[in-house]
Amino acid sequence: MNYVPSIGLEVHVQLRTRTKMFCGCSTAYGASPNTQVCPVCLGYPGAMPVMNAEAIHQTVVSGLMLGCEIGTFSKFDRKSYFYPDMPKNYQITQYDKPLCLGGGVAIVVNGAARTIRLTRIHLEEDVGKSTHHAACSGVDFNRAGVPLMEIVTEPDLASADEAMAFLLALKQTLLYAGVSDCNLEEGNLRCDVNVSVRPAGQEKLGTKVEIKNMNTFKGVHAALLYEIDRQSALLAGGGRVVQQTRRWEPDSGETFPMRSKEDAHDYRYFPEPDLLPVVLDRAQIEAWRAGLPERPADRRTRLVQSYGIPVYDAGVLTADRAVADFFETAATRCGNGKAVSNWIMTDVLRLLGERNCTLAQCALTPETLADLIALVDRRTINLPTAKGLLPELFETGGNPALLVTARGLGQMGDADEISRLVDQTLEANPRIVQDFLGGKQAAAQALVGQVMKLSRGKADPQLASKLVAEKLAARKG
Amino acid sequence: MASANQTIDVAYVANLARLELNAAACAQFQRQIATIVEYVRQIGELNLDGIEPTSHGQPVYNVYREDVERPSLPHDPVLANAPTRLDDEFKVPRIVE
Repeated sequence: MNYVPSIGLEVHVQLRTRTKMFCGCSTAYGASPNTQVCPVCLGYPGAMPVMNAEAIHQTVVSGLMLGCEIGTFSKFDRKSYFYPDMPKNYQITQYDKPLCLGGGVAIVVNGAARTIRLTRIHLEEDVGKSTHHAACSGVDFNRAGVPLMEIVTEPDLASADEAMAFLLALKQTLLYAGVSDCNLEEGNLRCDVNVSVRPAGQEKLGTKVEIKNMNTFKGVHAALLYEIDRQSALLAGGGRVVQQTRRWEPDSGETFPMRSKEDAHDYRYFPEPDLLPVVLDRAQIEAWRAGLPERPADRRTRLVQSYGIPVYDAGVLTADRAVADFFETAATRCGNGKAVSNWIMTDVLRLLGERNCTLAQCALTPETLADLIALVDRRTINLPTAKGLLPELFETGGNPALLVTARGLGQMGDADEISRLVDQTLEANPRIVQDFLGGKQAAAQALVGQVMKLSRGKADPQLASKLVAEKLAARKG
Repeated sequence: MASANQTIDVAYVANLARLELNAAACAQFQRQIATIVEYVRQIGELNLDGIEPTSHGQPVYNVYREDVERPSLPHDPVLANAPTRLDDEFKVPRIVE
């Protein structure tokens, strides 16, 4: 029997605000415990929350980027539960009037394009961070009250791969929107996974299991593979899936049931009396819509059309908005989109990876890269010379043209001069010449290498290669 | 909205709210809450067709603050309010999942 999974995600995204959702405490990551707290986020009696306008704005912008309908009337509610990381004993969230409804995220898996429907996006506050010790736990409330956007999908995802593709596409869109840093290490993006399986051909969804608080995409993928297998095996063996909340254990690669208290899900939602509703007028929403950044998919298409680069390149370049911005500035300046694309995809991204830094942190500017490429295009320097200069420009910056002049790196493009070097090389390497004449084609390349060496890397490699070929052909008679 | 025979189980709600009530207190609150619910129920005698439930009593909306940082509380007074502290954190009974 074949079993078909249905997966829905609840993704919690930390917004990019300076301050918390309902008070002026900083959201900066990494401060020492309980230094970014105040009477509001510590839940002192009588302290009054006030909405952060920027958090509302960023949530609506996210909704618009994801094709949601924006609720013109929205309100906050109290969700009551008792847990040490929640000082008020209720979380302020949105129950029946969220800011955004519907929408979707386009994904492509194994060549098949699908749109995963969103149910809603609502705004809520984060809880504190607890650290577990042998006999007790410690709570740091710096994170309590940080604005979280919860993005809820329909159970449309049909595999672990689709869930992964969804999370990557969502993250990319949110980064383009500039509403979150989406830094997984800092817990900016966490998700709850709902998964069920049912026999192929059956309409009705199976009993679902929830896996809580996943903080890596790899973890989501692995947990789904495990859970789909577990549930399918259960059903195949004549058993039943129990509706429960489970925990993913990355070390053992298994999920385990979480101990849940009775009544745990009776949250007694009711309207937050300390916060007034949010009413957005159409003009405001349309003004925000007009200011939206380009979506990643639109940008891919435009890069292919405007710069004549392959679809594959456009995909790589647009994966990160900063990289795509860098590309466009450089390509516009030097007019050689394909060359800029090649340089970024091979050399620049490799250097970023090796140095473990971002474009903003390195010294290379798009103008510098464009000027370096222009020097190659004008045949002022050859490609190996240009590649040799890149690490230095990456580390310390500089003007490529000035560096070339100052160090005498200009390309040797004079045919007579190179011709003399080729003659010298053939004289000095009779054995390699013999190898070539004996039928070993690769020997010609070795001779070109010797010519380049003799010119201290400055000869025009194409010209050197052409002259070596001509002179060898002459000897062959 | 609310069905006519809706009652509130005081013992259940007290348990949700982590309140310890003895049987006598439960019975007393049960009677008092029944009276309150009965009073509110009068609204059901009106024709409420097409009227959206209201969440707030006043027609005031969009009360915001700008995203500007304000000083947090000094560290020591914050932890002075903790029943027990563990270095810089609030010490609580071990949270078991």
